[in-house]
Amino acid sequence: MATVSMRVNGKAVSADVEPATLLAELLREKLGLTGTHVGCDTSQCGACVVHVGGKSVKSCTMLAVEADGAEVKTIEGLAENGQLHPVQEAFREHHGLQCGFCTPGMIMSAVDLLARTSDPSEREIRDWLEGNLCRCTGYHNIVKAVQAAARAGRE
Amino acid sequence: MQNFAFHRPKSLSEAVSALKQADEGKLLSGGQSLIPVMKLNLAAPSDLVCISSLDELRGIRTEAGRLIIGAATTHGEVDASAEVKTAIPALADLAAGIGDPQVRNRGTLGGSIAHNDPAADYPAAVVALDGEIATDRRTIKAEAFFSGMFETALDDDEIIVAVSFAVPDRAAYAKFPNPASRFAVVGVMVAQHKSGTRVAVVGAGANVFRATDMEKALDGSFDPSALDGVAVSADELTTDLQASAQYRAHLVTVMAKRAVAACG
Amino acid sequence: MANQGIGASVKRKEDLRFITGRGRYTDDISVPGQLHAHVVRSPYAHAAITAIDTSEAKNAPGVVAVFTGADMAADNVGSLPCGWLIHSKDGSPMVEPPYPPLVADRAKHVGDNVALVIAETRQQAAQAGQLVAENIEYDELPAIVSTAGAAADGAPQVHSEAANNTCYDWELGDKAATDAAFASAHHVTTLDVVQNRLVPNAIEPRACLAEYDPATGDYTLHLTSQNPHVIRLLMSAFVLGIPEHKLRIVAPDVGGGFGSKIFPYAEEAMLLWAAGKLGRAIKWTAERSESFMTDRHGRDHVTRVELALAKDGAFVGLRVATIANLGAYLSAFGSSIPTYLYGTLLAGCYTTPAVYVEVRAVFTNTAPVDAYRGAGRPEAAFLLERVVDVAAREMGIDPVEIRRKNFIPEDAFPYQTPVALEYDSGNYHATLDLALEKSDYAGFETRRDAARQRGKLRGIGVSTYVEACGIAPSSVAGALGARAGLYESAQVRVHPTGSVTVYTGSHSHGQGHETTFAQLVHESLGVPVDQVEVVHGDTSKVAFGMGTYGSRSLAVGGVALHNALQKVIAKGKKIAAHMLEASDADIEFAENSFAVTGTDRSMAFADIAFAAYVPHNFPHDQLEPGLDETAFYDPKNFTFPAGCHVVEVEIDPDTGAVEVVNVTVSDDVGRVINPMIVDGQIHGGLAQGIGQALFEDCQYDPESGQLLTGSYMNYTMPRAADLPFYNVGNHVTLCRHNALGVKGVGEVGSIGVPPAVINAIVDALAHLGVTHIDMPATPERVWRAIRDAQAAKA
Repeated sequence: MATVSMRVNGKAVSADVEPATLLAELLREKLGLTGTHVGCDTSQCGACVVHVGGKSVKSCTMLAVEADGAEVKTIEGLAENGQLHPVQEAFREHHGLQCGFCTPGMIMSAVDLLARTSDPSEREIRDWLEGNLCRCTGYHNIVKAVQAAARAGRE
Repeated sequence: MQNFAFHRPKSLSEAVSALKQADEGKLLSGGQSLIPVMKLNLAAPSDLVCISSLDELRGIRTEAGRLIIGAATTHGEVDASAEVKTAIPALADLAAGIGDPQVRNRGTLGGSIAHNDPAADYPAAVVALDGEIATDRRTIKAEAFFSGMFETALDDDEIIVAVSFAVPDRAAYAKFPNPASRFAVVGVMVAQHKSGTRVAVVGAGANVFRATDMEKALDGSFDPSALDGVAVSADELTTDLQASAQYRAHLVTVMAKRAVAACG
Repeated sequence: MANQGIGASVKRKEDLRFITGRGRYTDDISVPGQLHAHVVRSPYAHAAITAIDTSEAKNAPGVVAVFTGADMAADNVGSLPCGWLIHSKDGSPMVEPPYPPLVADRAKHVGDNVALVIAETRQQAAQAGQLVAENIEYDELPAIVSTAGAAADGAPQVHSEAANNTCYDWELGDKAATDAAFASAHHVTTLDVVQNRLVPNAIEPRACLAEYDPATGDYTLHLTSQNPHVIRLLMSAFVLGIPEHKLRIVAPDVGGGFGSKIFPYAEEAMLLWAAGKLGRAIKWTAERSESFMTDRHGRDHVTRVELALAKDGAFVGLRVATIANLGAYLSAFGSSIPTYLYGTLLAGCYTTPAVYVEVRAVFTNTAPVDAYRGAGRPEAAFLLERVVDVAAREMGIDPVEIRRKNFIPEDAFPYQTPVALEYDSGNYHATLDLALEKSDYAGFETRRDAARQRGKLRGIGVSTYVEACGIAPSSVAGALGARAGLYESAQVRVHPTGSVTVYTGSHSHGQGHETTFAQLVHESLGVPVDQVEVVHGDTSKVAFGMGTYGSRSLAVGGVALHNALQKVIAKGKKIAAHMLEASDADIEFAENSFAVTGTDRSMAFADIAFAAYVPHNFPHDQLEPGLDETAFYDPKNFTFPAGCHVVEVEIDPDTGAVEVVNVTVSDDVGRVINPMIVDGQIHGGLAQGIGQALFEDCQYDPESGQLLTGSYMNYTMPRAADLPFYNVGNHVTLCRHNALGVKGVGEVGSIGVPPAVINAIVDALAHLGVTHIDMPATPERVWRAIRDAQAAKA
């Protein structure tokens, strides 16, 4: 067992974990943050995307011990003061989700994109979402939602 | 995943001794290949030595016509680096096409080349750009470094510190991605140096290789048309679900031409 | 208030929980003291199990129990049942080999369930599972995975009771009339078509959490299902014998299904049974690699199709011979997909007078095959729309014109096809016209030329499909061999303050029932959608349900809800008549209010609801208190969505890579309740259809039977960068036999688009001599088609 300490969604947490514990497992099983999902075992689907140190990562492909001391943000921490993040708002407004399972990872990934570029092209959005699989939406409304969130962010 | 002891050394020398003391230790430098392999129980190291935040393995600088990148630099950092974009824009482009954004935020140059996946992109750049791999104990030339499929010249307890690339006159990387995994079905880096053109191929075979016939043709005339009719033999190439050896051989020429065209 | 009724794009009520990470999927649910299960799976496609030694695993840390097939057999656990009995040509019933949840003596596909390990933690269960796996002795047997080869003499036999691996040899249609049509035809086009095997790949892996309370005898199973009541029925009646009133099944938020979560699965039976034995809660969640091995797969046919034509291009006969792969076991709907959901659709949109289809269904050492989005109908549409295109080229007729010529005309509905179905409505010319207009079909050659300038080969492809949804009229289904009726239930509970809870037997796993069904309530009762709660997926709350699949939620469940709402209005009128001292017949209900005709006397809906529960002076012999109504709706017929899909592709001739550049669709899905949700359903179907056409291909090694595409590293899922925006339009003709006029939208995308993609690719390459390409049209396949065609020309 190792003790890890980190800030998750702005709150200091610490937990005892086996070194083999994945960050996704720490979040879901020890911290009860089940908004982060696990959809595959080969780091492809992106349902588990969270932010570590402000960058999007796959929490199923990172050890909890690697996040020791880090700032972690999950889907549960995205809305602030009861106010949805513009990307969350845009996903709802543009029907960017159906079953909702890929949605947390998809949103966390899109937030990272918009932090890097405020006016991504359709191609840039599609390429950025390479690490996020969705089986429901055909991506149409996800791309529309990210475009809308980018617009909202620029206004 | 099997359990293991986890080490987070504070210096390179601590990392080397942690690795030496371990039964079956492995370095963790981003983990974007290693962790999936461990999850599938295809690797079960006794110890993991995490080196991704060691200062000695970080930094990007240009020095005497060479670009030197610390081993723990992530693909995302290479892609975003003004220094890299100025010196060797093709290298930034290559990094921008590895995996997906989340992989690029974690995966590192040193981790990638130490793993030496035959379909990884970086080995093409290291070979085409006359790379030299600096470790905690020596410097290894690129072609000696990549010794075989998932094999390198590294000793078990040896740690890559940095990779230095020769800044070419011009270079470009063209990749035909595996539609499922996004690794290279075929990736070709073409780099024109004062000393001659280098053409390095990944994805096509068991290990990165130089297409020497193409290099000769391009030394004659650095134009895509110089590669008309120039092909690598399919005999040694890989056949898998995504592509036959014959198709891969064809793609090597197509991608090489595209890389030459992209050199401008 | 903005319009919230039929036709309004109301934002989804369910979204807030999903976008904030507060969805509640099965694996998110944990109970104190729960154990974890790990399934030990066969590493071989076909092997006799000669010995299992579980002693080492039983002594491993944290292990509570290890069970084998022998343990389940000793408890008389039943076989996973098949819900549809098919008869062969000779009248004999299909062969139904047992499908044990845990195999005792022989594993029949890679991933077959061999042992169940239960431990305190997931990791302990997995590690002990490894110890079990190391202590099983197998005698590996020859395996058969080939669809085309399974029935051949000498092929390895999957089940001793199924000679030549044949489950049934079925036919539909008039063989003599069809043969006669061919004998006198001007032209016959023949095409061999492979329907690639697909893995549904809902992004949420299957999971279940079984609980048992020894004090009460109550079982609870949370699971990833489209179909909780039917799972309960099957587990109670056929598999485990748990009294139905003691078994509660809950399908909470479910992360996509696409068919794969309709059926009872072995893990669900194993966990319920083991929870009962141990008196502890047990959880299991599939790894993705397990999903690839053990989720039901889809499609997997090989077919020869022949189309007979008159000189003017009129279709005079269609003959189809298909071999359908069922996998190693008969899954719940497995037998019906390649028969009644396939053969019956082979008339397509056309007036072909004679159609004959024969289907041999075979067992192989592969994962069981069952419904996957479209289920039988994409297979039918693909071969029809391909053979029509090939015939048009062979006869020098424009592919659009040959379709128009053969369309069932608008005034011919209801139209009886030669393959059992009666289409109630449609306007195929209208959907075609709309798609051609929206896609600028007429201007295509300019785009082709422009692409050529860029070194790309551009092609355009059309498909015009019809499908059958709203499964099923129980009488029809029963006559065809279904072992259940396929109605749906709805209950509308009006609360005293006028808000409403709907209990539906449909199940949402992405479709947005909580919104669409609330809109139906608003349309009928005027209650705002935020005053309506839609409850689904819990057998302890909902009376009964047949679940969600085959685009049946709205066409069957929605109509049931509509009927229950009409009962609420009728009851409300009685209450209003009493309160307003008028006769029932004089009460009108409109705009959220009951009024006495021709007067200004009225009561708001909420006031009537209140009166219903505070019935101070009701005449009890005539009027019961309460406002809570239930309806069961059994449709009179299937519904028949139809449409036209137009696809443009650009091909890189150097690599063979295909880019889908334009997708324009015009679908007739009947009345649209929520256009935003309907468009979203079409988008998703299109992506899966394009996935089948270009990317997805489940492959087994032909010798060893190993699954070669067992992860996202080698099974290509369509990604955002692979797909364009879709140009979606619809032309509505109403369903004539249900009260809402709705048809169904869940599957049209995956049915219509694959042939349009392949038609477009062939169009781009036709000048080189390419006449057909199988799915998926991977870059190498396209590159080879170009090379082979050029070699043949030279």
